[in-house]
Amino acid sequence: MIKARVTVTLKNGVLDPQGKAIEGALGSLGFEGVGQVRQGKVFDLEVEGSDRTKAEADLKAMCEKLLANTVIENYAISLL
Amino acid sequence: MKSAVVQLPGLNRDRDMITALTKISGHAPKVVWQTETELPDVDLIVIPGGFSYGDYLRCGAIAARMPVMQAIKAKAEAGVRVLGVCNGFQILLEAGLLPGALMRNSSLKFVCKEIKLEVTNASTAFTGAYAKGQIIRCPIAHHDGNYFADAETLKRIEDQQQVVFRYAEGTNPNGSLNDIAGVINERGNVLGMMPHPENLIEAAHGGSDGRALFASALDVIAA
Repeated sequence: MIKARVTVTLKNGVLDPQGKAIEGALGSLGFEGVGQVRQGKVFDLEVEGSDRTKAEADLKAMCEKLLANTVIENYAISLL
Repeated sequence: MKSAVVQLPGLNRDRDMITALTKISGHAPKVVWQTETELPDVDLIVIPGGFSYGDYLRCGAIAARMPVMQAIKAKAEAGVRVLGVCNGFQILLEAGLLPGALMRNSSLKFVCKEIKLEVTNASTAFTGAYAKGQIIRCPIAHHDGNYFADAETLKRIEDQQQVVFRYAEGTNPNGSLNDIAGVINERGNVLGMMPHPENLIEAAHGGSDGRALFASALDVIAA
């Protein structure tokens, strides 16, 4: 069993209204010096088998086909 | 012309769409379930609005990977007209049938109200019964209607007249780039739009500005 973490983030230049709202809320809580906040998603997956190269290729296909919308999002895969 | 309406778990505007198509064409549309891989022989396929799969992951993302969407892609490639409204628009984008993406409204609020739309391209199969530049009323109801495309894509769809509807008179409700409310594919047979024309087709709705869209798409003489 291989454990993996996929992180999906918005591409640069894509407006993130939720990140903006969080940024504002942090400011109103008194946290000073917070720059830009960008919200993303984290997926923790378990992949059967022990072939890490295959797992990585499969995870890449999963990101391209479903986990990320590559029009607006980037993804990063890390095997744990 | 014959039509079909797609049903997926979580879509809830299907009955409004079936009513609109029935009233305007005089025939009830066929209803197609998400697992179907063979579609009936129709001239127009409509994906209605709602919250397919609870908007999990991204709006329309999971619906776009259901078997029926492969069949719809094949029909679209064969030239059949496809209309996606609201969640249907989100599904068409996620399925790669239209360019761009729809993000959370810039206000972060669900917006349910009437807006004004400008018909920016009246030379499509869906808008022939309107005049170019015509301003129409249309209801909207969505949380994720903020149209985004990268600069290159945006320029391309503008240059090719693929923007069919724009929010007009300062009524952009969601932060969409260039006030974009509806986009058509290059070939001109797949249209996606956030507003709900099916909810403004008769006096009981308070107006009938949406009627001409279905009259165009179904080749019915607008009454």
